[in-house]
Amino acid sequence: MSLTHLQRLEAESIHIMREVVSEAEKPVMLYSIGKDSAVMLHLAKKAFYPSPPPFPLLHVDTTWKFQDMYALREKSAEEAGMELLVHRNPEAQEMGINPFDHGPLHTDMWKTQGLKQALDKYGFDAAFGGARRDEEKSRAKERIFSFRTASHGWDPKSQRPELWNLYNARKKKGESIRVFPLSNWTELDIWQYIHLENIEIVPLYYSAKRPTFEFEGGLFMADDIERLEKVMGHRPEITERSIRFRTLGCFPLTGAVESEAATLPEIIQEMLLTTTSERQGRVIDKDSGDASMEKKKQEGYF
Amino acid sequence: MTDPIYKTDALIAEDIDAYLEKHQHKTMLRFITCGSVDDGKSTLIGRLLYDSKMIFEDQLEALSNDSKKVGTQGQEIDFALLVDGLAAEREQGITIDVAYRFFATESRKFIVADCPGHEQYTRNMVTGASTADLACILIDARKGVLVQTKRHSFLCHQLGIKNLVLAVNKMDLIDYDQAKYDAIIADYQAFAESIGIESFTAIPISGLAGDNITTKSDNTAWYGGPTLMEHLEAVEVRSEVNLHKPFRMPVQWVNRPNLDFRGFSGQIATGSVKPGDSVRSLPSGKTSTVKSIVTFDGDLEEGVAGQSVTITLEDEIDCSRGDVLATADAPPEVADQFESTLVWMDEEPLVVGRAYWMKIGTQMVSVTVAEPKYEININDPSGEGSHLAVKTLDLNAIGVAEITTDKQIVFEAYADNRALGGFILIDKISNRTVGAGMLHFSLRRAQNVHWQAVDITRDDHAAMKNQRPRVLWFTGLSGSGKSTIANEVEKKLAMMNRHTFLLDGDNVRHGLNKDLGFTESDRIENIRRIGEVAKLMTDAGLIVLTAFISPFRADRQLVRDMMGEGEFIEIHVDTPLEVAEARDVKGLYKKAREGKLKNFTGIDSPYEEPASPEIRVNTVAMSPEEAANYIIEQILPLK
Repeated sequence: MSLTHLQRLEAESIHIMREVVSEAEKPVMLYSIGKDSAVMLHLAKKAFYPSPPPFPLLHVDTTWKFQDMYALREKSAEEAGMELLVHRNPEAQEMGINPFDHGPLHTDMWKTQGLKQALDKYGFDAAFGGARRDEEKSRAKERIFSFRTASHGWDPKSQRPELWNLYNARKKKGESIRVFPLSNWTELDIWQYIHLENIEIVPLYYSAKRPTFEFEGGLFMADDIERLEKVMGHRPEITERSIRFRTLGCFPLTGAVESEAATLPEIIQEMLLTTTSERQGRVIDKDSGDASMEKKKQEGYF
Repeated sequence: MTDPIYKTDALIAEDIDAYLEKHQHKTMLRFITCGSVDDGKSTLIGRLLYDSKMIFEDQLEALSNDSKKVGTQGQEIDFALLVDGLAAEREQGITIDVAYRFFATESRKFIVADCPGHEQYTRNMVTGASTADLACILIDARKGVLVQTKRHSFLCHQLGIKNLVLAVNKMDLIDYDQAKYDAIIADYQAFAESIGIESFTAIPISGLAGDNITTKSDNTAWYGGPTLMEHLEAVEVRSEVNLHKPFRMPVQWVNRPNLDFRGFSGQIATGSVKPGDSVRSLPSGKTSTVKSIVTFDGDLEEGVAGQSVTITLEDEIDCSRGDVLATADAPPEVADQFESTLVWMDEEPLVVGRAYWMKIGTQMVSVTVAEPKYEININDPSGEGSHLAVKTLDLNAIGVAEITTDKQIVFEAYADNRALGGFILIDKISNRTVGAGMLHFSLRRAQNVHWQAVDITRDDHAAMKNQRPRVLWFTGLSGSGKSTIANEVEKKLAMMNRHTFLLDGDNVRHGLNKDLGFTESDRIENIRRIGEVAKLMTDAGLIVLTAFISPFRADRQLVRDMMGEGEFIEIHVDTPLEVAEARDVKGLYKKAREGKLKNFTGIDSPYEEPASPEIRVNTVAMSPEEAANYIIEQILPLK
């Protein structure tokens, strides 16, 4: 019996999670509610079954996520029998940071700073993230166990060598590691696995008629029209369109695609026939030229 | 530019369910590409991604723009840009770290480790090779077999990669000349044989022009072998090979959701296991029978190499993280001294005799490395001067040395089982991964250290003194009262006619350890020597009292691990920092506060309190006399 590629990926991710639980003092799983998070959570349930995963879920909230995402967040945590921690950067909240007025600062304050605050607040020394190496060029070189300084910095030049399946989780007090159990999965692997394992994902991945508006050349969903109007200063022109999302972030930062794909096989079909890469819908990679993700990571972004 | 060969499968559009069904049964192959800086590795990988349709239009557009801006191919697409990720290396124009790339064909998913060719980055190549089933070694057809070619081939061979592909690249630049190609192969063949490589597959290619990558090239009509992609799709992957070996599973985690369930979680390294199989837990050697193989998806009838499972046993045997479950009648060996090949990966060279952490499987032990027998000249591994006499190993050096672990570990020769033969070394202070290695065989101590056989045994010494030898290890802040209390305890033991010896910090520093300073490595060595001396004294039957700050848990653990079960009594002399500082008997706190004394415990260097010492005395609540009485009570009976 030879294992399929999905079985091997699954076994590797489970091995990684168990190593973290065995060697870290206080691990946490970052849960962004997207499809990768859904797969990661599913793998965690498998890794520790019949025990529930022995760590909490942490959502670093920006308050700008889609309503459907918040709904699934609560449900998933409960079904997994895990504690759900939600952190919102109080400074960002107070300053009313939003994606329209503040551009890149929105991501920095809510996500980068918010994440650091949350990790410090609870004293987590290891955090699982759902990033994959195929997503973006600088990710391709990141380790599975990615060491961070006490100020959460990442130094791509002094990464620990990672051999065989032997991960070095040792660190000093205050230092932490980010762990990426999905490192070797590709977008297609993720979709195939969701299909095969029947994993629940946010309905926004499936096509449906939704209220949309156009903004700076992109197509967006009007998830909370009142709030949009407040920050945009005007009520955007809303059109009903059949849309879905290939990636989910903050609703004003995540571009929708027009699509009729309403089932998983149709989504996979569309993905395979399509000719643009996944992150294209996200504004984040483009905001300071080509090396922007790498820069963000050095500053502590996941 | 040729069209992508792996065009979108017609099934995707016509019958997506059938397509998915088909693609859920792919296997996975991991391989590395290595070659010199200009051999065209990145271009080849870019080409594989491009040909297997892993490049999307927007990426292609960006690539096309980049190619014109910074590319080296004029107006043509520079595939290398697709692969070279980090900003720093883009500027330098070289790949500086291992990058992992993904592509898939009809039958397989591939993970490619792109390994740099620069001399100083041997460690990256070894890293990439450690997980690879196959290595693709690139040769520039114009240059032939270079020093780098030999080095990379040697390293891949050391790391146990059985499938070697010699990709003779840039054939277009030698006009697809068969004679030149044959000469390169003959040259390589001679080298390969000299270092023990049994076989390899040579393929003439052009990464840039696409010859023999996915389709047979008309330019090399004289070549009858497979294309690179055909070969990659046909090679046997290691998990298939591992399946035919005896069952072994390093235990990662004990799964205990409630009192009725106790399972051992791990990834099966080799072989297979079924309920009813007789298994042995090592190093203890206890046997039991497999009750069930538990997974989230239901119990399995059989678990196979590569799977992550949870195994329950019929009997309650002692088994925890670091132990290995193995087939009962063919278990792996247990030993504490080995011959190994080491690859050094840190700027700071190997320190012979220093204790490092060694992670092997799920075991974490303390290990020391002896002076290397020799370093291998990787630039000429088969030549006369292939063995270099050295005192240590520097960054990127590879050598053979004996290593000694502080306790017995479960292992197998790396050649038989990577999971129980490959290890990493971690610096105990910086926590960096400083080296990696491969175990070859165990050394029986008798062959090595030649223990003197003695007729008067350890037990005889103890019996003559009418006592049980032990180490009373006092730890606490400077000024906590360690020496005072230890002295009290010794006086009381003397009055009870016991044979004791007190090792005190300052006194040891004047003699035994006067060559040591206060750096971190010296501090470890200081404690290690004290531990060894204390151990010899317990062999002589003495009750040893030691009074050292010994602020780090790891160091105290090191000594604890040297001693027999129950012989190490950790006594935490628990005095709050304010109290110790107020006492300041030797005026050291004052100096430290003024910055005249660096690395002073409690001030600018941490004190790690014992988590669960055998004895804890509170010197605020107790006088030294009371503390001593309390300690004596705790260690009774003395015999």
